[in-house]
This record gives sequence, structure tokens and C-alpha cells, in this order.
Amino acid sequence: MPLLDVNDLTTYFHTRNGVVRAVDGVSFQLEKGETLGIVGESGSGKSVTCMSMLGLIPQPPGRIERGTAHFDGTDLLHCTRKELQSIRGRRVAMIFQDPMTSLNPYLRIEDQLIEPLLIHGLADKVSAKKQALAMLDAVGIQDAASRIRGYPHEFSGGMRQRVMIAMALITKPDVLIADEPTTALDVTVQAQILELIKKEQQELGTAVILITHDLGVVSGFCDRINVMYGGKIVESGPTKEIFYNPQHPYNRALQNSIPALQAKGKELYTIPGMPPDMSKPSAGCSFAPRCEHATDLCTSEPPELQDIGQAHTTACLRVQRENLKP
Amino acid sequence: MSDPYLQINNLKTHFPVEKGILFRKVTGTVKAVDGVSLSLAKGEVLGLVGESGCGKSTLGRTVLQLIKPTEGTVTLGSRTLTDLDGKELRSARADFQMIFQDPYASLNPRMTVYSMLAEAIQVHRKVPKADLAGAVGALMEKVGLAARFMRKYPHEFSGGQRQRIAIARALAVEPKLIIADEPVSALDVSIQAQILNLLSDLTREMELTMIFISHDLSVVKHISDRIAVMYLGRIVEIGPATEVFEHPQHPYTKALCSAVPMPDPDSERTRKRILLPGDPPSPLNPPSGCTFHPRCPHAEERCQAAWPSFESLKNDAHQAACVRLAELNQ
Repeated sequence: MPLLDVNDLTTYFHTRNGVVRAVDGVSFQLEKGETLGIVGESGSGKSVTCMSMLGLIPQPPGRIERGTAHFDGTDLLHCTRKELQSIRGRRVAMIFQDPMTSLNPYLRIEDQLIEPLLIHGLADKVSAKKQALAMLDAVGIQDAASRIRGYPHEFSGGMRQRVMIAMALITKPDVLIADEPTTALDVTVQAQILELIKKEQQELGTAVILITHDLGVVSGFCDRINVMYGGKIVESGPTKEIFYNPQHPYNRALQNSIPALQAKGKELYTIPGMPPDMSKPSAGCSFAPRCEHATDLCTSEPPELQDIGQAHTTACLRVQRENLKP
Repeated sequence: MSDPYLQINNLKTHFPVEKGILFRKVTGTVKAVDGVSLSLAKGEVLGLVGESGCGKSTLGRTVLQLIKPTEGTVTLGSRTLTDLDGKELRSARADFQMIFQDPYASLNPRMTVYSMLAEAIQVHRKVPKADLAGAVGALMEKVGLAARFMRKYPHEFSGGQRQRIAIARALAVEPKLIIADEPVSALDVSIQAQILNLLSDLTREMELTMIFISHDLSVVKHISDRIAVMYLGRIVEIGPATEVFEHPQHPYTKALCSAVPMPDPDSERTRKRILLPGDPPSPLNPPSGCTFHPRCPHAEERCQAAWPSFESLKNDAHQAACVRLAELNQ
């Protein structure tokens, strides 16, 4: 049984300008100790997917329309507030993109670090402080004993993200959700942080969900990847399959448009048009208006994820019917 | 190299750090740009890379005289920009323009595309009012926007389209030099490609000289002829784009290149990564000698003594500032 089993998760936002279908029927599984990448452009629903699971969507305007998210036997979407609170921050932890704004500027690092332990009753204050110090040391903050008494503004961006990681991992969670953890950081610091998450993951056996728009980051980091577009998973599979055997036209187009994979000076492939307006429902595939292979079928029939071998699933009708070859 | 078109000579931009409210005292200086010399041929694209805070944006702004330099000269064509003032500078600005990072912040939300571009056109060219709409339309088509959108406001456009408007506005005065400061950083990958293609087409068509500032090495490699790598206000390595990217010589460039994640699972899992310790130091209190020495895996005692001069190994066009250059690149 998978550690986390998300089924048909659907989150809509009811706004004045209509219903925004941010996440529209997303299903995936996460095994123990596994690393799953969720990639997609802004607005594709990758963050909302994870926030929905942890009850972090402001309701209203958001509403979880349907679906389940079973974590170790508990449905996170339908359990009581108390049950959710006992899981969130203890067994499922999250780190956010912007380390500048996600720490409380009024509290010392120490107080923020021990909070998860105290709230979940995992330790008394004295031993919590000890654990906090050890954790801060483990995430590579030098001179942790004196730094722990400092305030967030005394730390640089990379250091704050380390503190965030220490805070998330101090309860030894089963799942760590990292939402664009390195987007706000410089590349050399990004390399440090990714290395750190990997090291801690191996030590604690934590499963990681890494949300990012950077295909480069997931390629070396994740075991499996979900590619999201327009609130849906359009392709999912082992990392190598996604990169070396891309099937869905969106995934292929995305890889053709990144400069890193193209010869220098070569005209980059561009995806025509713009990301879909999520407040307007589309009858068929949401990528169809921008897809160069789209047929009448694509605009009328909604595609479903289907297995095409090697644990690789894709939601393209033309690929599924084998009349589209890469 | 043929005659340089843009010549930057020992450019320094220092900002005083002041304390106190009534009796302000200068308590230190931030050496944002500290002795940069560069020359660009006409039509050349130079990529400027570095981490945040290394002074690459300040360098760009200083070249355009948006910030007065503390020391040094900038020469564009036959004019020394650093000597110009007021009116002269204003009229010279038609030759050099800037494209900013955030297309959401750099466009006036109360102006239509037409009024924005018409204003820019009229600043430097006398265009009769009757022909203005035509000129704006032509400009919009040039950057891949339909002319019928000219009466719309910025909020009606997506990020990529806004960046096209910003590019059109920069091109309105028919400049010779463009400084693009992180023009694609705020855009999604699929939109990035569109803007990169547009910029490289335009530079070719209009023979633009461009300094392309970015923290993203793979983007810079794609668009530039040469790459300059900056660290703490100075250039540490410069050379032909592919050469710098594929065979970096300076220890910092090596670490930077190895830190860039590649979207290729096999190479990503096998290649060795040089992890630099710590963060870039503050330009307020830069380390002595080679400013990179506290983070450098190959630092020796002599690295702390003086800033190293540029040296080249095989190719004269490829230079790096490291005292151990020869022994580290055997």
C-alpha cells in the first residue's frame, strides 16, 4: 500500500470572475522513501495540489470539490481538524519557496525550531532545545549553539532555507513536501540545499515531493515525475522515461524549449499561444489549442492518463491510439 | 577583435553607507562595481553572469549612466558617456536603452501600449501625428504583437507579451546598444524561449550590440557570443560563450557551471558537483586579495595578497583572473 494515495483530487476557486479549476482530477501515489517531482509552469496547479492535501487552501474562495488523499489510512481531505493537525507538521511537513517570508521575524530561531516538537508533544522544552541544536548542526549551520539564539534577519537566504528544512525535519516526518525550495536562491546555494535535502532524506527515510518549474532540478533529484498542465497531470513516469522517452506533446515541447538542451544559437522551439484560462472549461484536452498535433478528437474528448508501459502514463489521446510518433 | 564599439574602462561604482539621522556620517562603502574593463564589438552580444549581489545590474546601470560611476570611463562609438551631462546625455540616450526584468513593474499601468510607444518614438524622432499610429503598429509587429492591440492596457497582456512591449519601447528610439537585465527571469520556460528567440532575431536584424545580464548560465550561453563572469564587483573570467561554459578555467566559474542543474537524468547522476561552502561575502567588507579565496577549494596563502591579473592559457580571447590558473588547468 502506498504511503500517500491521492485520488481524483479536485480543487476549484470560486471567484467573482468565475470558477477557476486550479486542480482538476489529480491522482498519484507516493511510496515510502521515494522522491516524486511535480513539474509544470506557473498556474498549472502543482502547489494547489499539495496545499489541498494539507488543508492550507483558504476556503472560501477555494473548495475541494471531490477526491481523497489517503495517508497511512487517514483521508486527509475528510478527516477532522484535530486528526489533520496531528499529522500536519509532524508526519507530513512542508517547506516553502520563499525563506524570507516564511519565518516569523519576531521569534528567535530556537523558538521556531522547537515549536513543532512542543505542539505535537514529542518532547519537553529541555530535550526539544537539545534536538533543535542537533538539527541545526545537521543542516550545516556553523556555530549552531550561538546562531540558534539569533533572529531570522540575521541569516542569509540560503541559511534561512536551511533553518526551514531543520524545522520541517525535526519531527522526522514520513513525507516532506518541498514547494520550489530553491527558486529564490542562487545556483551555488541551490546546489547546497538540494544536496542537504537528499542527505537528510537518506538518513531519515523520508519521502519527498519536490514541486518545481525547473526541469534541471528534478532530473537529478527525483525517482518519478508528474508533469502538470492546466490543473491535470498530463504525463507521469520514472525520471528517465520522462526525459528520454517523452510522449505527451506538452512534455516534448517543454524539453525542446529549454536552452540547456539545445545547441547554441539554434532557434528554440516555442509553444505557441498562452497557458489556458482555467476559468473556462475545455471539452477536450487543455493543451489542444497550443498543440501542433491536435485533431478534432482532441478538442472534443477529455483525455485520461493511460499506461503505455514502463510505469509510464500519458494523457494524450493520439499517443494512446498509437497514431502519433515522437 | 575589430574596433570596439562599446569600451568600458576601469569602471567603479561605490555606494557610501551612511549612519545617523541629522549628522550623517559615511561609515563604509559598498564596492558594487570595482574596476571592470570590457570592450564590445558592434553587433556583439555579451552575456554577464553572476550570483545576486555580484554587481551585474549595477554595472549595467552604470554603463547607461543611470548611476554615475565613481571612477572610470564608458565610451560608446566616438562619445565618452561619462563626460556627458544633462542635455547632451539626454540626447545621447537614444543610442542606448535598457530592458528590465519585471514586465509587471516596468510598464505604466495607466498608459495604453499606443501612448507608451508613441511617447518613446516622439522623444527622439519627429513623426507627424498622423503617422504615429502606423509607426507604433510597425514597432509592435516587429516584436511579434498584433497592431490591433495598441489601445489596450498592460494588465490585459500576459507576462511574455508585456516583455515584448518593454522590448518594443526600448527599440522605439532605434538604439545601438541594449542592456537587457534578466529579461526572461520572470517568465515561464515556454515563454522564455519565445523572448530569447525574439531578442536574438532582433540583435541580428538591427545589428544591436547587447549586454545580456542573467543569473541563468544556460540562457546566457544560448544567446551570447561571449560570456563574462562576475564575482563581487569584478570580472573573474571572460571568453567565447561555449568555451567558458564547457571549459571554465576560473575556480568560481567551474563551481558555477557544475551547480547548474542539467535536465538530463544520466549526466546529472554521474557528474561531479563542486559544492562551494557558504554564501557570497558582503561587498561592504570584501575579503582581501582575490575576493573568492574564502570559498575557493584551491585557495593558497598568496591568494589573499593581491587581486590577480587576467591571464590566458591557449586562447587569448579567453581570460581568467586567478593566480593558480596555469597549474589548475593542466
